Amino acid sequence: MGRLHPRGSASATAATLSTLSSSSSSSHFAAVVEGRRAAAPATGHRKKNTLFSTASTSSDHHDGSQDKEKISVTFVNKDGTEQTISVPVGMSMLEAAHENDIELEGACEGSLACSTCHVIVMDVNYYNKLEDPTDEENDMLDLAFGLTETSRLGCQVIAKPELDGMRLALPAATRNFAVDGFVPKPH
Amino acid sequence: MGRVRPLHHAARRLLLLFPRPRGFSSSSSAAAATPSREPLHVCVVGSGPAGFYTAEKMLKGHQGAQVDIIDRLPTPFGLVRSGVAPDHPETKIVVNQFSRVAANDRCSFYGNVSLGRDVSLSELRKTYDVVVLAYGAESDRSLGIPGEDLRGIYSAREFVWWYNGHPDMCNLAPDLRSTDSAVVLGQGNVALDVARILLRCTSELAATDIADYALDALRGSTIRKVYLVGRRGPVQAACTAKELREILGLKNVHVFIKEADLVTLPADEEEIRNSRIKRRVYELLSKAAIAHKGKNNDGQKELHFVFFRRPTRFLPSEDGVTVGAVQLEKTCLKDDGEAGKQVAVGTGEFEDLKCGLVLKSIGYKSLAVEGIVPNLKGKVLSSETENATVEPGLYVVGWLKRGPTGIVATNLHCAEETVASILEDDKKGLFMEPDSKKQGRRGLLEILEQKNIRFVPFNAWEKIDSKEKIAGELKNKPREKIKTWNDLLMAAN
Repeated sequence: MGRLHPRGSASATAATLSTLSSSSSSSHFAAVVEGRRAAAPATGHRKKNTLFSTASTSSDHHDGSQDKEKISVTFVNKDGTEQTISVPVGMSMLEAAHENDIELEGACEGSLACSTCHVIVMDVNYYNKLEDPTDEENDMLDLAFGLTETSRLGCQVIAKPELDGMRLALPAATRNFAVDGFVPKPH
Repeated sequence: MGRVRPLHHAARRLLLLFPRPRGFSSSSSAAAATPSREPLHVCVVGSGPAGFYTAEKMLKGHQGAQVDIIDRLPTPFGLVRSGVAPDHPETKIVVNQFSRVAANDRCSFYGNVSLGRDVSLSELRKTYDVVVLAYGAESDRSLGIPGEDLRGIYSAREFVWWYNGHPDMCNLAPDLRSTDSAVVLGQGNVALDVARILLRCTSELAATDIADYALDALRGSTIRKVYLVGRRGPVQAACTAKELREILGLKNVHVFIKEADLVTLPADEEEIRNSRIKRRVYELLSKAAIAHKGKNNDGQKELHFVFFRRPTRFLPSEDGVTVGAVQLEKTCLKDDGEAGKQVAVGTGEFEDLKCGLVLKSIGYKSLAVEGIVPNLKGKVLSSETENATVEPGLYVVGWLKRGPTGIVATNLHCAEETVASILEDDKKGLFMEPDSKKQGRRGLLEILEQKNIRFVPFNAWEKIDSKEKIAGELKNKPREKIKTWNDLLMAAN
């Protein structure tokens, strides 16, 4: 390793790729997601309501009366460190994370077109307090890394009083690029 | 599209209220690699998602890193601009994040600079401590069957670049007016994209950033039937539920799925059990088959899912030069020995499917290298053999690293891995050899000046961007793309 070579290598096959990616974690993925089905049904309405209500709340939340109410949410980072923040009722976890410099990605800025704000609800009791994910959210969760039975998109989890004390883990990066041998094409 | 767009505007406004420099504030993990000398000079080749995520993670992970991104096009963002379908504006929102990366003091963009033509890899390696190849896959796999050169047969990539206004494909001019049938070979998300664009109401497409000539061609299109052909069955279809749900819900399109194709064998059921995504895709197809069954398709366009067929040759039409049909061989599935994997094998039974347009959506291919670059967690290896050595300072990310698969977000994790490899090498002192002092940006600018290369910096791209947006406003679309090389370079001035 580290010996100087004159030029970049030329030929390749998928050999390197498959050794890197395939076997190990795919079965894990399958095992973890099995049984999620009960949580899958949905109406398609929530997305809209959620986003609009979020928008209105956040613009009001300086003096609006309902926004005095805040809940406490703890984010567990990839390296295990924790940040507990206070989130106004009505605000999404994605927004709250960004306001507090928590390293939650949000490629599509909450428009339900990516899975980068994937969070894992660490206590199933809290997970059960959430409304079921919509079909659209489930479509995105299909593509999330390290999916678990209590995975959600941060943009779809909206602060409400019952969620006070909730803990959310950011999934650690996985090296499993070919989920289950399945290869979704881009976009 | 209609359902999502108002939201995405609302959401975007919302998030813009909270501009966040978070990408670049030093974080706990960032402190690991402290610069103990001059800046670490990094060059990223390619400005698609893989390139930009790499730049972002690099800037965050190494406070002394100076990152230059070069791209052969005058425009940044790779397939977010030329690959993502025009009716998927939400997927393109990620360019906001990439633009914040480009605005970082330690990051520069050099468009219109082509690796190989304007600057060689060895020049880059002499100039930079770290070179990361992120130029993806700009070519196509071929089927290698007779008749593939007939007129009217394109790769899906060509067709996608065409409707997305890519300067290399703006003159493709596919004939959409001489036939009522198009065959799409493949059933992945790209296949679904091109089928959807062919079938979608042009009044809906008119509100997207689709290239104006493509919209005109689609308005005049006589194509009423689109066949999506897959070698295997509905359980093995390579698309995702989101894209499938979308095409199944298109207005005024009747969906045809043969019930017999939905019958599953034990091996299929095993696959469904093992994969959430396959289960959900199969369920969607099954539901659609029932929903459309017995319905009258009066005057509607038709979308046919053709399973268990593989193309064996293309047949010319009467004129002898244009494609007139695809010969398909029926297939059946066989266990190929690998756990849970079934492959299609021919049965010797053939049929012809008439069409005047064929779009091959069977995979992209990287140029210059066959497939992907041999690498270990993003560190480029000298060969694929067992005694391969690591190429110092040379890394790879994105499609070039792992093959042409995955969504935008896949590149996030891919970039994290490659950047972790770079930081590990930096910690080992690999870039600190006294005789290896690199010039970085200054060196690149010298090379470009010597060769008289007129590069396009990010602020010049912003000129193109604003001109496109202004032109789009007149037509009630998000932007009207500037399509030719000349016009792009002029707009950059």
